[in-house]
Formats: sequence, C-alpha cells, structure tokens
Amino acid sequence: MPRAARYQNRIELLQGTLDLLVLQTLRWGPQHGYGIAQAIRANSSDVLQVDTGSLYPALHRLERQKWIAAAWKQSENNQRTRVYRLTAAGRRQLASERSRWAQLVDAMGGILNGRNRSEA
Amino acid sequence: MKWWNAGSSKKDDELNEELRAHLTMAVRERIERGQSPAEAESAARRELGNVATIKEVTREMWGWTWIEQVMQDLRYAVRLLRRHPGFTTIAVLSLALGVGANTALFQVINAVRLRSLPVASPDTLAEIRLVDPDGARGYFNSWHPSLTNPIWEQIRERQQAFGDLFAWGANQFNLAQSGEAKPAPGLWVSGGFFSALGVRPVVGRLLTDADDQRGCPARAVLSYPFWQRAYGGERSVVGRTLTIDSKPAEIIGVTQAGFFGLEVGRSFDVALPICAEPIVSGGSGRLESGTTWWLSIMGHVRAGSSLPQATAQLGAISPALFHSTLPAKYPAVSVPKYLNFKLAAFPAGSGISWVREEYESSLWLLQGTAVVVLLIACANLANLLLARASARQREIAVRLGLGASRRRVIRQLLTESLLLAGVGAAFGALLAGTLSTALVGFLKAADQSVILDLGTDWRVLGFTVALAVLTCVLFGLAPAIKATGIGASAVLKAAGRGMTADRDRAGLRRALVAGQVALSLVLLFGALLFARSLYNLLTVDPGFRDEGVVVAAIDMRQLDLPVERRHGAIQDLLDRLRALPGVQAAATVGIVPISGDAWGNDVWIDSAGSRRTTNSLFNRVSLGYFETLDIPILAGRDFDAAIDTPSSIKVAIVNEAFARELLSGSSPIDARFTRESTPSEPETVFQIVGLVKDAKYLSLRETIGPTAFFPTTQDVRPGSFARVVLRSSLPAEATTAAISRTLADLSPRIGVSYDVLTTQIGVTVVRERLMATLSGFFGGLAAILTLVGLYGVIAYSVARRTSEIGVRLALGASRANVLSLILREAGLLVFIGIVIGVVLAILAARQTASLLFGLEPADPLTLSVTVLALAAVALVASYVPARAATRIEPVVALRVE
Repeated sequence: MPRAARYQNRIELLQGTLDLLVLQTLRWGPQHGYGIAQAIRANSSDVLQVDTGSLYPALHRLERQKWIAAAWKQSENNQRTRVYRLTAAGRRQLASERSRWAQLVDAMGGILNGRNRSEA
Repeated sequence: MKWWNAGSSKKDDELNEELRAHLTMAVRERIERGQSPAEAESAARRELGNVATIKEVTREMWGWTWIEQVMQDLRYAVRLLRRHPGFTTIAVLSLALGVGANTALFQVINAVRLRSLPVASPDTLAEIRLVDPDGARGYFNSWHPSLTNPIWEQIRERQQAFGDLFAWGANQFNLAQSGEAKPAPGLWVSGGFFSALGVRPVVGRLLTDADDQRGCPARAVLSYPFWQRAYGGERSVVGRTLTIDSKPAEIIGVTQAGFFGLEVGRSFDVALPICAEPIVSGGSGRLESGTTWWLSIMGHVRAGSSLPQATAQLGAISPALFHSTLPAKYPAVSVPKYLNFKLAAFPAGSGISWVREEYESSLWLLQGTAVVVLLIACANLANLLLARASARQREIAVRLGLGASRRRVIRQLLTESLLLAGVGAAFGALLAGTLSTALVGFLKAADQSVILDLGTDWRVLGFTVALAVLTCVLFGLAPAIKATGIGASAVLKAAGRGMTADRDRAGLRRALVAGQVALSLVLLFGALLFARSLYNLLTVDPGFRDEGVVVAAIDMRQLDLPVERRHGAIQDLLDRLRALPGVQAAATVGIVPISGDAWGNDVWIDSAGSRRTTNSLFNRVSLGYFETLDIPILAGRDFDAAIDTPSSIKVAIVNEAFARELLSGSSPIDARFTRESTPSEPETVFQIVGLVKDAKYLSLRETIGPTAFFPTTQDVRPGSFARVVLRSSLPAEATTAAISRTLADLSPRIGVSYDVLTTQIGVTVVRERLMATLSGFFGGLAAILTLVGLYGVIAYSVARRTSEIGVRLALGASRANVLSLILREAGLLVFIGIVIGVVLAILAARQTASLLFGLEPADPLTLSVTVLALAAVALVASYVPARAATRIEPVVALRVE
C-alpha cells in the first residue's frame, strides 16, 4: 500500500505555519495558488502537502491583512489566474515570523536534545 | 440587486474562477505526467476536496461576509415564513401578546419604581424623617410620614449636612368660587423648593425664599399640564388671580413641562408658599402647630458628604431640636417619646409614591405571571418548530450533505427564530403602549389623580429587546440543535419517513408539554385565589348598608358663622335635607366609613381597682346616623340633641367589639370610660348610652375593632364644615341636584362636593379587582396555550404511530384498547405536569399571602378545583386526537408503509 505509507510520512502543519510557508514561497516571486501548493510540496520533498481547503482561506486571509496582494494574470495557456505577490508589510511579517520560527526550533531542539538541562 | 449582493457576487465569481483555474492546472499537470484525462480529472477533484466548504471557509476570510450571510439568512427566513402563513401568524401573535403584556407591565413598574425623579441630581436627593414615628401625636395630613412646621423651621436653622433643604406638603385645594367644589391637587412648598430641584419656569417666575416669609400673600405657581388644561397655555396668565379655597391668589408663573412634584403617580395643579397657609386656610394655625404633621423635608446631601454622615449629623442635633419644639399641651405619656425622636436621612431619588406602596407587590407578581405566560408561549413555539423540523429533516440533511457546516445551518435556523421573535417583539412593543395605558386607566378608575409618565426609556427598550432575544433562544435553539444533530446519511437513507431522530425529539416535546401543564396550573391556581379573594371582599358584610347613600361635604366657612351658631346652622341644614323628596334618613358624620380617614386614642375603664386599656377608634355623628347606614342599635338609645348638650355629661355609643374588649361582654349601658388626653383636649370621661352592631371602619379587610361614637352636639369646637350622609330612594344624581338647590337657596357662598358611598367603597377593592382580572386573563391564556400544545403533541404522536396502530387493529386490538393507549400517553404527561405544578403552585402562592382576603395561600379547595379543571380540559384536548386514532383503517394505514 504505497499510498498509505506516503500519508504516514506527511506531517500535519502546525497552526500558523502555513502563513510562514506561503510568505516564504512568495519571496521567490509572484505565484498563483496552485503554484504555491506545488512549490511547498516540491521544496519539502513531498513531505508537506498543503490542503486546498486550508490554502485558499489562508491566501485570502493574508490578502486581507495586506501581507500579500493579488492580481489577475493571463497564463501561457490563455487562462486567467489569480497571482499573489509579497507586499512590503508581508516582507516584514516574514522576517518576524522567521525569527519566531527559529526561536521555536531552538527551543524544541533544546528540549529534545537536553542541551539546556542539567542532568539530575 | 442589493448593495451587499453586488460586491459579493463579483467576489464569488472570482473565487469560482480561481478554484477552477487551480483544478484545470492540476488536471493538465497530471495529464502531462501521463495519466488519462478521466483519471486525472477525478484524482484532481479528489485532491481539491469539497469545493463548497473551501468557498465557505474562504468567504469567511473576507471578514465582512457575516453581514451578507445574515442578509442571505434573513431573506431565506422571510421567504420561508411567508410560505407558512398559518404558523407565522400563530407565532407572531402569541409572541406579540406575551411580549406586549410583559413590556406593558414593565413600563408601569419602571414608571413607579425604577425611574428616578425628573429633577436635578436625583441620586443625592434625600428625605429627613423620624427614625421611629411612634409617639407622634396630633393630626396627620398625609399617608406619608411627615413632620410639623416648627420641626421644619428648626431643622432649617440647625442642620449643616444638606446644601439645599426644602419642605413641601400635598394638599387638596378648592378652586371653585362658590357652589360645588372644584378640587385640585396642590402643594405647599418652601421657598427653596423649585431652585433645589432645578425646576425652571416656562412663563413668569417660580417661588423663591423671598416669597416664603411669615405673613406673605398667596402667590401661586401653576403646573404645566394645569396651565395647558385650564388656561390653554396662555402666556398672559401671569399676574391673573386664581381662587384657592375662596381666597384670591396671584399667579406668578408656570413650571416646566414634565415636572409633577415629588410624588410618583400624582401631579399638582397649583403650588403655594408654606407661609400663605394661614391666609388660605383661614387662620387654622398650622404654621405654629407642633401637632399637625404635614410637611416632608428633602434636600441634596452636600458634596463630599454621605447619607450616613448626614444621618449622624441629624442624630446629633435631634435632642436639642425636639426639646425646643415640644408643643405646650403635648400628652404627658407621649412627651418622653417626643423628646427621644431621632431624625435620619433616607434616599429619595425616586420620590415618594402612594401608588408604589399600594401596587408594587401586585405589579411584580403580575410581571412574574406574564413572564410565565411568555415561557408557555415559547414552549408552544418550540413544539411547533420541533414538529416542523421533522418536516424539514430532509431539507436540512441535504444542506448538511452538500457541505454546509452544522454551525451554519443552526445559524440559519436561529435567524428564522430571531426574525419571528423580532417581529413578535415589535408588535408586542406597539401593543404595550395600549396595554400599559389601559393598566393605568384601571388604577385611575379608582383614583382620578393617578398620573404616570409611561414614556419609553432605555430600560423599557432594553427589556423588550432582551425579551425578544430570550424568547428566540428559548424556542429556537433547542429545535435547531436537535434538527441538525442527525447524521445526514441516516436521514436520507430513512427515505420518506424520518424515523431516526423522532424518539429523541418527541421526548423533548413531551417534556415541554408537561412543563406547560405545570406552569399553567400555577397560573390558574393564582387566578382562582385572586378571584375568590375578590369575591370574599365583595361579599363581606361591612355591618352597614351602603346602597343608596350619598355623602355630601358641605363647606360653610365662607359664611363666617360664630362658633355658638354653628350647631344650629348644621341642625337647620339637616332638617331641610331630610325634607327633600326621596330622602329617608340623613345625619352628619365626622369620618365616613372605608374612606381611609381615622381617628382614635387609648381608652380605659377602671373597675374594682384594675384598669383595662385598649385603643379605640372614634367617630362623631348626629342623631339618625345609625338609621341612615342601617346599623342596628342593640341596646340603649340614639343620640338626642335635647339631652346630649355641650353642658351635660359627655356620652358615647359603642360597638360590640368595644363592649367585648373593655367590659367582657357585660351590658355597657351606663358604664363609663376614660379617653386619654390629646394635644387639643384633656383626659375626658364618657358615659355609654347605646350599643350598636359592629361595622367596618377603615377598610373591608379589617377585623372590626373597638369603636366609640360621640354626638355632634357635644363637640366643643364645631367647625363650619359638615359631612352629611343621606339615604335616598332616588338616584344619586337626583339627590345631589336637590341638595345643591337647597344649599344655593340658603346661601350662594356654601360650597359642596359629593361622593356615592358604594363607589367610594368600590375604589378600595381596585387592587383585588386588578389582580383577579389580570391573573384570570393570564391564567386563561396559559391554559389555552397549554391545551393547544398538548393537542399538538398527541395529534402528532397519533400521526406518527398510524402504522403501528394499524397493525394493532389488524391483530385484533379493539378501538377501546387504542383509545386507552393514546389517552394513557396523554394522561402520563398531564399527571407529571400536575404533580410538578402542585409543588410549584404551593411554593409560588406564598408570595400572594399579603394580597389575599379570606383564604389561605395554600387553600386546598382552590388547589383541588384547579387540578380537576385542568385535568378535565386536558382530557378533552387529548380525547380529540385519541378518538381520531380509533378511526384508523388498518388496511389504509398499512398500505402507507
């Protein structure tokens, strides 16, 4: 059952992590929803798979918070797609979320590796 | 298209397009990777998930869509309610009635209890009163505990706790120049009254300290409503002269609209300065009297000072103050109490109110009753909605199946309820205006002077809105939760008949009906208690006969008769009145029974070295009084003007209670008793010359106490005011017209006003009448709602069990079996309801104890009658659908399946 195995390898996204992933993905340039999903999947070697049901609400939420902006673009197959790009505010938000993420990773690592704990 | 729609549909289209593009790209990529188009399409769709859900969640991210959703829900709800006009009408009507009755009662309660006076800083307004008025002797001019003018002047001198202090007393003035009296409610006010309350004149000026100096002329301030009524709001009224108690008074101004004085429920027409009392009343000397209690004293506590501090300060000045004001001839027994009087400050921000004291507990009780009626109405609506939820089960299941979240569907269902509640409450609020006016009209029928400002303020508004929301939640939430709590597939699988959730839902409906039975039992019980209480009061024997008796208050003050000629003048007048056609008997009387006035002191009899003391009521009557009121003289004689002269020994006629109390029932004739000294008369000995049957004195509710009657002819200080009772065989109007003619013939300067004794007594049972009428109305309404609910549940249960009953009949059950099967179900509900109801009723009835007459709150007979009546009608309500069940044709019923 290869499908089941693949599902097990996937990681449930932490609350708020999706925002960070979207913002980070858009750093490389404007992208539409499908592209963002594919990029996240590819860059995580298929470990992280973004659910469409979470992606679009997240995109629209980020847009409302003015961290990303959207515009309609004609694709090469003559299809209209909604393309998102990072705003200046989004860039700042990304920076702060990245440092928070780094702190989280640090803290988690500390706990899991017992680095900061004196052995009793 | 509406504005909220225009924007959203464009956004919706864009979202659709965005998701479509996503799908297209996903499919194309899968095809590029070598999947077949069909395979790619279905895999991509699967990956995409539920588009409806995605759209809904995404839309929520737009933030403002809740408006759009609410609008959408509302439009849907309106459409749905329109499609079921029967249901909608019943729902709106019962809610409008429930909310209307509640709001109306609350409006009246708000007006008499909750609202502050419309004056400057009512929250710091306080009243100065005696902590314990026991020991106050003399004349009491107000139902409200009050003080004398010397005490007021001393408080004004000595106190420091109040920034501004004023005194006022209510009074009835006569505005007629002669002939029949034109009574007008009035106020005696001190100079600081209007400025302290922040009242402004609309015309002219108001009274000030300069107007309130000893020996001042009568200057009158009119109230705004009186100015409008009597003078059509003419500005030239200032400077004109008004006749007050036959004395001229100059009008100096009119108070602002909305100011009614300090008594809630009353208003005033004219206000005069306290110093004008001697001129207007003709030198009765109230200003100097230390035993006439007629003034209320109020003021604003000084900033930075508190009520307890003010009370402490008043307590400190009390001993010196009461020493300096002790009246010269104060009865010796009461002097220590007078000297120990203590003044204290009490909050007065909501004024004083006789209406409040008389009706507040009744109003709260009625409010509680109305809330219960509303609860029952809500239970009925919840029942209807639950039944409808069964019908809509498939619709809801489909919506859930198509991806609507449960929360979303509940919100949709609640929007429907909220719309119903809103419309119902809106109609209710409209209805409330009429109902509260009618309620005040009910009180007014008794007492023309009840004037209440029923204006709607934030409190009333908040109350109505809260009711609407509460009702909506009560009748809408449970059905909505229940309706959506079923698995969608279960319902859809259950084909035409949604059997799945029925058991659960029917349980809730049964509980609701049992609750309704319980609550309506409580209300019916209350209604019966009040009805019986009213009946007891109306049929109680007062000891006298009031039919055909007219009371004429004759004012001869303007004749300026010298004291020694007054007896003769009144005697002459009585003779003329007795000669009028139709008049059977006539007499003068000091205090008309059940009028609310009273006069009494301690009396005692010394015999064999021991003294028996009791408190007795008094009355002063002329020969023929007992005949006029049909009170039998049991022993001895009536008064006789020839024998009972001012110089002969003082005589009295006593009632049975008097003889029982002081003479242990032995014959009272020729016995002597002593009346304690009063501020106006020394200790006096009376000889008893007659014994009369007991009759009520103060109110119909009282147990008759000792009463002694004194002859008018032995009154040492006769007034020029006579109250005459006449029994006539002619209608009251004919009698009063004849009296007026007789008086006018005697002198145009005689004033008179009339009362019909029956009417005057009827006024004293207004509270009982109000309680019996309204609780009866609410009780009936509750019972009807409950029976409708019971009928609905049983009928529904029969409809649901059609096939089961069909099977039973086919297998040989008799019609009687089926009938008892259904009636047992109904009977169980009613039984449970009645058991709970009886417990609740006994608990709730305790609240009514003070309002009942002639029966106990837990009257077993009343309770049994209530239970039986409710059980009987409940049986009828369930018999109809049960009977329908027996007519089920097994073949037809089974074929439906």
